[in-house]
Amino acid sequence: MRVSLTVNGRAREADDVWEGESLLYVLRERLGLPGSKNACEQGECGSCTVRLDDVPVCSCLVAAGQAEGREVVTVEGLAALAGRRAARGAPDGPDGPDGPDGQGGQGGQGGPGGPPGEGATRLSPVQQAFVDAGAVQCGFCTPGLLVAADEMLERNPAPTDADIREALSGNLCRCTGYEKIMDAVRLAAARQGEAVRPCP
Amino acid sequence: MDFLRPASWEEALAAKAAHPAAVPIAGGTDVMVEINFDHRRPEHLMDLNRIGELGEWEVGEESVRLGAAVPYTAIMEHLRGELPGLALASHTVASPQIRNRGGVGGNLGTASPAGDAHPALLAAGAEVEAGSVRGSRLIPIDAFYTGVKRNALAADELIRAVHIRKADGPQQYSKVGTRNAMVIAVCAFGLALHPASRTVRTGIGSAAPTPVRARTAEEFLNAALDEGGFWDNGRSITPSVAQRFAELCSAACNPVDDVRGTAGYRRHAVGVLARRTLAWTWESYRGTAAAEGGV
Repeated sequence: MRVSLTVNGRAREADDVWEGESLLYVLRERLGLPGSKNACEQGECGSCTVRLDDVPVCSCLVAAGQAEGREVVTVEGLAALAGRRAARGAPDGPDGPDGPDGQGGQGGQGGPGGPPGEGATRLSPVQQAFVDAGAVQCGFCTPGLLVAADEMLERNPAPTDADIREALSGNLCRCTGYEKIMDAVRLAAARQGEAVRPCP
Repeated sequence: MDFLRPASWEEALAAKAAHPAAVPIAGGTDVMVEINFDHRRPEHLMDLNRIGELGEWEVGEESVRLGAAVPYTAIMEHLRGELPGLALASHTVASPQIRNRGGVGGNLGTASPAGDAHPALLAAGAEVEAGSVRGSRLIPIDAFYTGVKRNALAADELIRAVHIRKADGPQQYSKVGTRNAMVIAVCAFGLALHPASRTVRTGIGSAAPTPVRARTAEEFLNAALDEGGFWDNGRSITPSVAQRFAELCSAACNPVDDVRGTAGYRRHAVGVLARRTLAWTWESYRGTAAAEGGV
C-alpha cells in the first residue's frame, strides 16, 4: 500500500509498504531517514522515538498505515523544529537554528527522494548540549533521547531532575550510566533559560 | 495482510462482522510487538485511530465513560480526581512513549493477567461497553476476564468504552517490579474504599490466570469494619484485622513461577501490597472524614 505523511515538515510518500510494517521501517528503509534507530522492536528501549502529531511515541509500535496523513518529526528534523520554535519567540532563544528541515541526515547526504537539507549539519540546542556534555558514547540511544528530551524541554522549560528522569524513563542507554545525559539535559535547560531571560 | 481503516464506529463494526478474525489496533503497544516478532500474521489489521470518539471521555453523575483508546497519559492528566486508582495504575504503565499511545481498551482486549489497568478497574467497579452489528452490551468487569489472555468478547465485537464508577472514597494501586519504568508487573494490587456503600473492593494483577478480586478478603474486611463501627468512629484499623485481610488477599492468588517471580513470592508480595494499600486508603479516609467533621 501507499502511505502519505508529513515528515519533518515535508510531504512524503512511501510505496509498496507492507500492511504490517512499522512507521520506523518506513522512515529508515523507505524514506532514507536512518536517524531513528531500530533496536528492540517492542517499545522497551525508546531508540526509535519520534513525534507523531507532536506526541513522542515509539515508531516501532506505530503501524505504517496509522501514520497516514499525520505529521512526524524525527531526530533529523530537530534542528528545524527548534528553529521554528525560536521564530515563534519561545523557548530556544534568538540564536536557534532555522532553515529547511534536514531530510538527509548529518553531512547533507540526501536520502532517496529528498535533496540534502541545508540545515542538516546544524544542531538544535539539545543536540549541542549532548555534544558539549559528552552525553554520547556509542550513540545508538542518542536520537531517541534527543527527541524525548527536546519534547520535555518544550513542555517543561525548567525541569527538576525527577522530571528529566521521568521524561527519559522510556529510553535505555547501556554506555553512559545516564549521568552525562542528565548533565546534557540540565545544560540545555539552563541555556534555554538564559536565552529567554534578559541579562542583568 | 489487509489494512482496514474504518472512519466511524459503524464502519468498524461492519468490518469486524465481515472479518471476525481482524485484529483491532489502536496504540499498537501489544499488537505491533507480536507482528514485529512474527508471532502474529493477521489477515486483517484494523486501525481504530481514525475513530475520534474512541479517544474521548465523558464524566457522568456516577461513572466515567472512558473511550477505549484514551491514552494512559490523558487518564493521568485529566481523570486523577474521578479515577484515582486507574490514574495511579496508568502512571505505572511502561514509559511516557507507551503511555502516549496505549489505553485501557487495549489492556482489556489483550486481557493479560499482568495488564496494569485491571486491578484498578476491578477495585473501582466497571463495565465494558462492547459493540457489534448485533447491538451493544455492558459486560461487568468481574465477568470480563475468562482465562489467560481471554475475555468475554464475541468474535464480531469490539470494545467501545469502559464505564468506570467514579471514586466515592480513597483508592490506591501498587505494583511490584524490578524498576520503576518499563516493568511488567510481578504482581499488582488495587484497592478502593467505597464509603457510600461501606464496602471495600480489591483487584489483584499478575498473580492468577486472570485478574481477580479477593472476594473473601473483601467480605472479611467489610464485616470487620462494620462490626467495629470503623466507618463512623474513624479509628485506625487494628493490626490483626489488617493482617487477616492481607492473608486472605494472598490466599486469593493462584500464581505461577515464571521469569519475573516465583508463585511464593507473588503470594507474599500481594499480602504486603494489600496491607499497605489498606493503611494508605484508610488513613486518607480518616483524614478526609475528620476534616469534614464526619467522625
